[in-house]
Amino acid sequence: MEIAKLTDITRIYQIGEVETHALRGVDLSIDEGEFTTLVGPSGSGKTTLLQMVGCLDQPTSGKVFINNEEVTKMNRNQRADLRKGTIGFIFQFFALIPTLTAYENVELPLLLMGKKNQKSRVMELLDAVGLSDRAEHRPDQMSGGQQQRVAVARALAVDPLLILADEPTANLDTENGEQIMSIMKKLNEETNTTFVFATHDPRVIKYAKRVVTLRDGQIEKDESIA
Amino acid sequence: MNYILKMSLRNLGRNRRRTALSAIAIAMGTALLLLMSATIRGEMRGALELNINLRTGHLQVHTEDYKDENMSLKRADMIEAPMAISSQIEEITEVKSAAPRLNASGILAYKNETIGIQIIGIDPPSETNAPYRDGLVAGEFLEADDREGVLIGLPLSENLNLNPGDTINLIVNTSEGDTDKQSFTVRGVYTTDTPGYDKATIFMPLEKAQTITRTENYASMVYILLYDMDDTAAVKNALQSSQYVIEDWEEINKLFIIVMELSNAMMFFFNMMVLGVTATVIMNTLLMAVYERTREMGILGALGMKSKQIKALFLTEATLLGLGGVLIGLAIGVPIVLYYAQVGFYFGDMGISANSGIMLGNSIYPYPTIGDAISVSLAALIITILSGYYPASQAAKLEPVDALHGTN
Repeated sequence: MEIAKLTDITRIYQIGEVETHALRGVDLSIDEGEFTTLVGPSGSGKTTLLQMVGCLDQPTSGKVFINNEEVTKMNRNQRADLRKGTIGFIFQFFALIPTLTAYENVELPLLLMGKKNQKSRVMELLDAVGLSDRAEHRPDQMSGGQQQRVAVARALAVDPLLILADEPTANLDTENGEQIMSIMKKLNEETNTTFVFATHDPRVIKYAKRVVTLRDGQIEKDESIA
Repeated sequence: MNYILKMSLRNLGRNRRRTALSAIAIAMGTALLLLMSATIRGEMRGALELNINLRTGHLQVHTEDYKDENMSLKRADMIEAPMAISSQIEEITEVKSAAPRLNASGILAYKNETIGIQIIGIDPPSETNAPYRDGLVAGEFLEADDREGVLIGLPLSENLNLNPGDTINLIVNTSEGDTDKQSFTVRGVYTTDTPGYDKATIFMPLEKAQTITRTENYASMVYILLYDMDDTAAVKNALQSSQYVIEDWEEINKLFIIVMELSNAMMFFFNMMVLGVTATVIMNTLLMAVYERTREMGILGALGMKSKQIKALFLTEATLLGLGGVLIGLAIGVPIVLYYAQVGFYFGDMGISANSGIMLGNSIYPYPTIGDAISVSLAALIITILSGYYPASQAAKLEPVDALHGTN
């Protein structure tokens, strides 16, 4: 089943009088259960493409469909609604809310969905990332790897169709990077959750089933890994 | 607990010193406004009470042409047989006391000093003289048949070193347009704690005042005090007269009422200034928070938090800050106001003459009201929330992608 479809996407950033073409007519389709990485050198457009798939940004031209709904016709609040039930995010920086505990960070997307009293669900997710004993810790009381694992649990909280991860291992040491990737791979295999990564980290690429290579805002290569 | 409330509370706890300083700014503003409003109200209320109790009464009966300022002694401007009229008026249930008064101007001469004064002829036993009888600090009060005695104010006594038993000379204007000079003995010294009045007002029995001013059986007015100020209109209606004019305290104190309204307007601007400074502090605090937490807004947006929820987050912070500040302000302000309401602020003689139509005592006693406390608290809270609106809108306007890039 096709989860995300992007057709002829361009994205031009206007900074003063300078135009930057981040994406130049990209077509991309992502099916359920994929474990895809977007790779390419800095400035190739992989983060911008990931943000298009994640409905965080709107293209200058082209269309984005998520679960057969056209995102490019939606307003800001409609996109926020779509995001919170459909897409989970994991960022390069450990993007947790610093005032909330690990438990509360994982619980937040559920609360935003109006789902209260989800203690067993939250604990199950923390358990899945091996952090049930850190539930009451705040981000500043956890290591980078632990924070990123909480971010993974948070991304999974609402059972999203799609999880987007932008350089998830960039700030982690080898051991933590491997640990995060194996958790995500396991979730992909066990729950068929779709993962799309933007990265140039070989540790991530080696787990991928599909590698999409970008260069200068265009897809240069799209290959499936056996 | 609602997650927005929980996050707001924790956000306020992030930078405790900044939150505390902002709350203190609101608290100081609230406490200052509370003290100022109670002080202005107390000053106005005190001045009005003094004006009524010493100068104007709640009601006056006088002739059409009588003006308090020029103290006319022409018979046409005065009331004939005033004792009979005041006795009649005293029979009205709501009237506490009524008595004739004769106002004349004159000069006091003692040793080498001469001082312009106002002489008031009073009916000594009348209850209308309670402020002077109760305020007697030396000697004794006047008797109705005393033909030589006068009562002088404490500042006059101190300035001229006059004591009961001393003899003074009074040069008094008469109804015939000339002056008369006579010696009097100081019987007593009074104080009403109103320096502008006490230093220039001398009392003598009505009959003696009539004799010296040659206005026998006439008085400037019948001066009326009521038990309850709210009965003024009712008593005024009951006193309708074809021969004389009945004026109430509001009509006689027109100038003072204007000053009161002016001071209310000034108070409004003062409040606005204090609240404006407070609002700036709060806006700055919350704007700083928005800039510091830009990336966090991006994360919340990515998780699906809508603009209005982000706005609600900041407005809740502003409200909590405002509530905390106002409560601290009340905790500081109320005891201070209650303390000064008892002991007053002593100013001494502020140099305002009683003839100006405004009586100021030597102390101002703040007069706190629950209404003022509520309106000051609400104003501080509303201003705080309003000043949080701009930062909240700024935060809500952030696109998640821009916010994530902002500090990424």
